[in-house]
Amino acid sequence: MFDHGIFERHSLLLVVGILIVVSIGGIVEIAPLFYLESTIEKVQGMRPYTPLELAGRAIYVREGCYTCHSQMIRPLRDEVERYGHYSLAAESMYDHPFQWGSKRTGPDLARVGNKYSDEWHRAHLVDPRSVVPESVMPPYKFLEETDLQFDTIEEALKANRIVGVPYTDDMIASARADLMAQANPESDDVAAFQKRYPKAQVRDFDGNPQRLTEMDAVIAYLQMLGTLVDFSTYKADAPENRR
Amino acid sequence: MNTEQAARRDPRWDLFFAPGMLVAALLLALIEAAKSPEPQMQIQAWTFLLAGIGVLVWTVRRYARGIPADDQSPYANDIVKAGVIASMFWGLAGMAVGLIIALQLAFPNLFYFPDLPFTNFGRIRPLHTSAVIFAFGGNVLIATSFYVVQRTCKARLAGGFWPWFVFWGYQMFILVAGTGYLIGVTEGREYAEPEWYADIWLTLVWVVYLLVFLGTIWKRKEPHIYVANWFYLAFIVTIAMLHIVNNLSMPVDLLSTKSYSAFAGVQDALTQWWYGHNAVGFFLTAGFLAIMYYFVPKRAERPIYSYRLSIVHFWTLIFIYIWAGPHHLHYTALPVWAQTLGMTFSIMLWMPSWGGMINGLMTLSGAWDKLRTDPVLRMLVVSVAFYGMSTFEGPVMSIKAVNSLSHYTDWTIGHVHSGALGWVGFVSFGALYCLVPWLWKRQRLYSNSLVEWHFWISTIGIVFYITSMWVSGIMQGLMWRAYNEFGFLEYSFVETVAAMHPYYMIRAFGGLLYLSGTVIMAYNLWRTARGDIRAAEPLALKPQLATA
Amino acid sequence: MDYETVSTFAKSWGVVYFMLMFVAVCAYAFWPRNKEKFDRAANIPLNEDEQ
Repeated sequence: MFDHGIFERHSLLLVVGILIVVSIGGIVEIAPLFYLESTIEKVQGMRPYTPLELAGRAIYVREGCYTCHSQMIRPLRDEVERYGHYSLAAESMYDHPFQWGSKRTGPDLARVGNKYSDEWHRAHLVDPRSVVPESVMPPYKFLEETDLQFDTIEEALKANRIVGVPYTDDMIASARADLMAQANPESDDVAAFQKRYPKAQVRDFDGNPQRLTEMDAVIAYLQMLGTLVDFSTYKADAPENRR
Repeated sequence: MNTEQAARRDPRWDLFFAPGMLVAALLLALIEAAKSPEPQMQIQAWTFLLAGIGVLVWTVRRYARGIPADDQSPYANDIVKAGVIASMFWGLAGMAVGLIIALQLAFPNLFYFPDLPFTNFGRIRPLHTSAVIFAFGGNVLIATSFYVVQRTCKARLAGGFWPWFVFWGYQMFILVAGTGYLIGVTEGREYAEPEWYADIWLTLVWVVYLLVFLGTIWKRKEPHIYVANWFYLAFIVTIAMLHIVNNLSMPVDLLSTKSYSAFAGVQDALTQWWYGHNAVGFFLTAGFLAIMYYFVPKRAERPIYSYRLSIVHFWTLIFIYIWAGPHHLHYTALPVWAQTLGMTFSIMLWMPSWGGMINGLMTLSGAWDKLRTDPVLRMLVVSVAFYGMSTFEGPVMSIKAVNSLSHYTDWTIGHVHSGALGWVGFVSFGALYCLVPWLWKRQRLYSNSLVEWHFWISTIGIVFYITSMWVSGIMQGLMWRAYNEFGFLEYSFVETVAAMHPYYMIRAFGGLLYLSGTVIMAYNLWRTARGDIRAAEPLALKPQLATA
Repeated sequence: MDYETVSTFAKSWGVVYFMLMFVAVCAYAFWPRNKEKFDRAANIPLNEDEQ
């Protein structure tokens, strides 16, 4: 008979026993996600975030938007009708960290891109209740008053590349120029920028051409959410996409 | 005295190395403060520096007039006292922040300030969760584990000054993490928000914690390791594993606060909820079960109902809990097989959870009358009942069909709070009510009737809180999926937000009651520590039959 | 190794493994000879010298 007293008398064995027991679940559940090819669907249209979108995403994370907004539409009839096509794993494959969220005090944002005008987003972020009287969202007036800090945008792209986002050397080298070009349609760099980031939207998002503010970055990020994947070529029933 | 001679003979290397480690960390913080171009990093570094200098000053003062008596007593008590005080402080702070964010959702026009970004819900909601879970809960766990391991091993806490390093290092972690949220420093993953440097510091502190705990067990004079210590060990070891794996990230720059998670999208989501759910399982459950396994028998003056059940309970609980994370990701882009696994194990989890509940409750068998006379024991027992309730609700909500309704709604918030306020809160309060008279060597609490007040006010607060969240959660879930006669969605999103308003007010009121109970407790414990006894206490009305 | 293989393995050997683990824990906990030891351990919190 195995003597459990071994655990009681030898605390290191107890520690090892605990470690083995608590490791099994994680290994069996998490590890396959990294090597089972079926984990992420094959889709067309996904690209890394543009530098401006990445900066906007950092502000989204900084302000804790994920505490009230999900970015994960479930394949349920009402959600698909309310928000659009259910979210694919492929759509957050470059998200470090993921922002699927766990609570909808506000609506899902996975496909908020291109649903509202920049003007609406501005007014809503500055004073949510001026646009939606019942809203309980905090005001983000300071976004349009704060210049966007992007001194480390190249390093940010590099860090993302290290953790697996396919930024090219070209993208990293022109990160600063790309960031400024996206918010300035007059810029000479726009053509090169749009070649690097297909379907990227270029305009002055905050309505203030004099300044490049945090509002520019946040709206650029919001307006792109859920717009990348080309669903006309996505076959949900294809065997490789069934999980 | 033997111990005194020993103390004089052995050089106290711990008094050099533990503060030395802190000084090394402070030097790194100084470099960050001086070199980083980022205002956030400068604030974080200065906060850490000032706090660390404060700790060094405290250390010098403690040892300036020789080795203090507590360092030579058979059990280290000062550190447990410090843990009790820290628990009360962070508990009040964290619950107050919780009340503020509840009021923000109920009255957005009154409690938001457009010119003060740090008061926004998104920044202080992590402050609330971290403060109550990690600051309040963590300090309760550190304090009680240090108390329990010494008594059940009949050995003094190992490591000399190192336990103080754990205590102060943990407070510094909380301070840096909490102030970081306010200035917008976060990794953006729930319950794992602190940034990379805070994570590294916590890892260091946590390893020392494990070594102190193990070292004490190694010195024990009792042949067996009591079951409470298994739960503490599982809590410490597993949290270390979860914390390290989940927080792997790539800093933008060593002088920058910002880092990017090592994982992306679906892998990041499952890693995070593997961590998140087991923060519940091993921090808020295993750790507090350890408290139950010591304080309930101790207070009831009876051994645990079934030691055998505790063995089965322990191994099945830690084995099954670790699998349950995917139930946070039902119907998401997580592969279905992982969702199914998560659901299956979550339902199985009901059994060991109730095994623990039965063990705690049945310890009272033959002594139920003590519930009438001892409000502290009643608090402990009610906490176990809440544990049973929320560990039944949890498996129900992990069923995919139920989850499709409850997910993303306030039902989740209600569920969390029945566990947090009812189980974690009450078992902690019970333990603190026990510890203060024991540690400060008082005959009894300042006032038992204040404990009664605390108990009832907080219990009513919990009832308001969880019932309002049940109603609002289920209502919102149903409104989201309601269709009208023409086959269109019946409600716009914002209509469901407006419908929440009355429940958000009730929730805030429930939170206010719960916080009020905690304030009463803090007052009661403070008077107890001072050595006061409430004169008007109607002792005669409370016959102490049980002790006869 | 694909999803099918892993899943078949989990549904057969995985179950056997869990059952054996559980039986082992229960057998140990309820083994008659261990009773006295456990009774002693259960009393550890109660027979301590107050400090």
